[in-house]
Amino acid sequence: MIAIKISFKLNGKWVEADVEPYKRALDFLRDDMGMTSVKEGCSEGECGACTIIVNGRNVHSCLMLAVELDGKDVWTLEGIIESGETYISEAYADVGAVQCGFCTPGFIVSTKVLLDENPNPKEEDIKKALEGNICRCTGYARIIEAVKEAARRKRGDAS
Amino acid sequence: MRVIGKRVRRIDAIEKAFGKAKFTNDLSFPRMLHAAVVYPGVAHGVLRSLDVSEALKAPGVVAIATYKNVPNNEMGIVTKDMHVLVPVGGKIRFEADPIAIIAAETREAAEEATSLVNFDVEELQPVLTIDEALRDDPIVNGERNVAFQRKIRRGDIEKGFQESDLILEMDFETGYQEHAYLEPQSIIALWDGDNLTIYGSMQCPFYVHNDVAEVLKLPLNRVTVIQMETGGGFGGKEDVPSYIAVKAALLSYLTKRPVKLVYNRDMDFRETSKRHPSKSHYKVGFTKDGKIKAVKAAVYLDMGAYSTLTPIVMYRSLTHAASAYDVENIFVDVYGVYTNKVPTGAFRGFGSPQVLFAMERVMDEAAKRLGMDPWEIRYKNALEIGKATATGHVLEESVGAKETLEIVREISDYERLKEEVRKFNEGNKYKKRGLGWAHTIYGVSLGAAGQPLDASSGEVHVKMDGTVLVMIGGTEMGQGAKTVMALIVSEILGVDVDNVRVMQPNTSIVQDSGPTVASRTTVFSGNAIRIAAERIRDNIIEYLKSKGVEDIKIENGYWIADGKEIPFSEIAREANAANVKLAEMGWFSTPKLNFDFETGTGEAYVSYTFSTQLSLVEVDLLTGKVELKEAWVSHDIGKVLNPVGAEGQVEGGVVQGMGYAISEEIKHDENGRMLTTNFNNYIVPTIRDIPRVHVKFAESPFSKGPFGAKGLGEPSLMSSPPSIANAVTDALGILINRLPITPEEVLLKL
Repeated sequence: MIAIKISFKLNGKWVEADVEPYKRALDFLRDDMGMTSVKEGCSEGECGACTIIVNGRNVHSCLMLAVELDGKDVWTLEGIIESGETYISEAYADVGAVQCGFCTPGFIVSTKVLLDENPNPKEEDIKKALEGNICRCTGYARIIEAVKEAARRKRGDAS
Repeated sequence: MRVIGKRVRRIDAIEKAFGKAKFTNDLSFPRMLHAAVVYPGVAHGVLRSLDVSEALKAPGVVAIATYKNVPNNEMGIVTKDMHVLVPVGGKIRFEADPIAIIAAETREAAEEATSLVNFDVEELQPVLTIDEALRDDPIVNGERNVAFQRKIRRGDIEKGFQESDLILEMDFETGYQEHAYLEPQSIIALWDGDNLTIYGSMQCPFYVHNDVAEVLKLPLNRVTVIQMETGGGFGGKEDVPSYIAVKAALLSYLTKRPVKLVYNRDMDFRETSKRHPSKSHYKVGFTKDGKIKAVKAAVYLDMGAYSTLTPIVMYRSLTHAASAYDVENIFVDVYGVYTNKVPTGAFRGFGSPQVLFAMERVMDEAAKRLGMDPWEIRYKNALEIGKATATGHVLEESVGAKETLEIVREISDYERLKEEVRKFNEGNKYKKRGLGWAHTIYGVSLGAAGQPLDASSGEVHVKMDGTVLVMIGGTEMGQGAKTVMALIVSEILGVDVDNVRVMQPNTSIVQDSGPTVASRTTVFSGNAIRIAAERIRDNIIEYLKSKGVEDIKIENGYWIADGKEIPFSEIAREANAANVKLAEMGWFSTPKLNFDFETGTGEAYVSYTFSTQLSLVEVDLLTGKVELKEAWVSHDIGKVLNPVGAEGQVEGGVVQGMGYAISEEIKHDENGRMLTTNFNNYIVPTIRDIPRVHVKFAESPFSKGPFGAKGLGEPSLMSSPPSIANAVTDALGILINRLPITPEEVLLKL
């Protein structure tokens, strides 16, 4: 099958790649780009473990083809951390919102999208922003706490 | 204490929250192949022919294994009643009973080739429910569908009923629960012609070690199993990873190439274990002032096509059948029943949630009939030191049962809450609220039925820079085992938690430590590590004394020598240069338990945890939807070593128990094919569904636990389903005796 050339911005840097037209963005990012923070949990857009940011929006990379990334601005947790934006991850770690850790990258990516848009979210905003991510360990209470704590840190409030 | 009982950050949190933690599927090896599994898609039948020739020709396919290629095709933990791959002429006993496995250059190629395997099945009538199975026509497996029985015969059951003023007889039913760990089953196997290495997501590396060696007929010292970061287990990665690992290992053995087998969610639902559906009948006698006089129960567990862990699961159903109460006359039968569905096995609680739900519902009905408050009837029958459990185990220490009841009553402001609920219900026509109690017991570790596995090893190595490496046989799957180990080492050796690294378990480094199940890791691995760390501490103290230091102590986790605080890094460097032994192994096992399996009486477990939960629910009478609004919970888990972790376990357990109680349901079609195989129709709780959870611990120390700790992994779930069912019954005034309490169920009952 003929590969298709795509060119997109991954974690702030332009990259070019030849991808098979049937390849999912999830597999391309994990296998070809080495972005293993992007996890496969359900393959059907239900669990949110594979969440990435495309042009400022959080999307399920299992429901997207790699060719659809062409021309887009794409971020994974690796890039967020590398760019120095570690405060959300640290808030998750500090309040006890991490247990097995498999869903965690997806939650943090969704949290970033929320806080970039709304640095002062109410509990209802948090639930709305994270309803596409499933966690089976924590019961979510501390995840909500982590988002509130991250928001405080982003705003520079004393925590 | 420096760190024990203090609020600390998990030692693996940053690695996970930065996306750096490596799970099995994140690993890759040169020349690695990808595997796929061929399923018959028929629930019951005889495999008449199997032809892989066409599939072998498919592009990218490297090898296909059938029963002919398996060195030892018999498997099973308790009884060898299953095959690695179903042989021609053999029986297919559920739709995802594997018949062939394929290794190919890519995952897509392997999956595509599954449809090219040709086979014929002579179909048989599938047995799909416990009631159908009891007719023994047809037989699913072995000689009879009711293949296992366990019992308790204690006291005089008839006399107990004669002395009762109220006798209740009730029937209960519970459904499946899928673990829904976020990371599906994943294994990579590497056979190099002499040695086999397995990397995988698992709770029990030593099970995988034994099972793979047995199937491939390899000596154990040629097989190494390394647990990778594991994305949740909840029991679903107890025995199941063995079944995944033997497939990957067989393909690696045949191809001499690394083989990765990662399940997709659909396979994971169809092939891997679940919580047992159950049916039970309870007959319980009470005096008019609420004292339980007799408990008689018959419990049937649907174990699916193969027995796997069921005979051990049944031991827990048996020993927990009377919940957390002091009862003298007990007569319990638990049966394991074959059906043509997915084999059921370990799931957080291991056969106890089914019976705790039943018994706790009986307690509420009794309270109602006797005009007592549901809290009061529980308090009246609660266990305390000197009283005996259902199996007649007289408790000598660490019984915080009544304290958990007192704590929940207090933190919930119960009397005021009742009044609020009454007012809410007066003011609302289509929404009703209810309150429900549950008071439960949980036996710590494997108990009398699992004594050969109940010992653990651990090693502590202090490096010359003062950092510490810890090796245990217990696994971290999210529950926080690594952090608890680090806290124990930190406290004993006076080293910063941040300088302690806990390695992934490796069966070639650590001696068989039994499984990471049964809420046993804090007590077993924790004690092994405690022993090792104490030995190193003593070696250092002996050395310091030999060179003239007179007064040495570790105060609140800091070294003080002759009044001066010394950093651990300095001590380690000096001790290392003086050839002090800075590496030790700890070994922990508990005294043998006396238990009579004929009567089901005696010392069932080394210790017990006790739990109380009060749930506030709201039911929408128009939609039938049940919402858990708020829960107040107390557990006696002995000394709480890691409060943040413990609270997190309880919050997660309450919500997972809520899923079991109200939304999670596995459905099959009339041919035994599963209909619910992903999160679109198997509904696990989301962030939208959660209650406010209030947690406060009762800390009744256990003398044999490290720093007095018991365990929490499983009990955190068990109080939730019965308290929710009792709350719904309270809200609606109708009997809820079946789980899950779905909207359909509520509307039908209304």
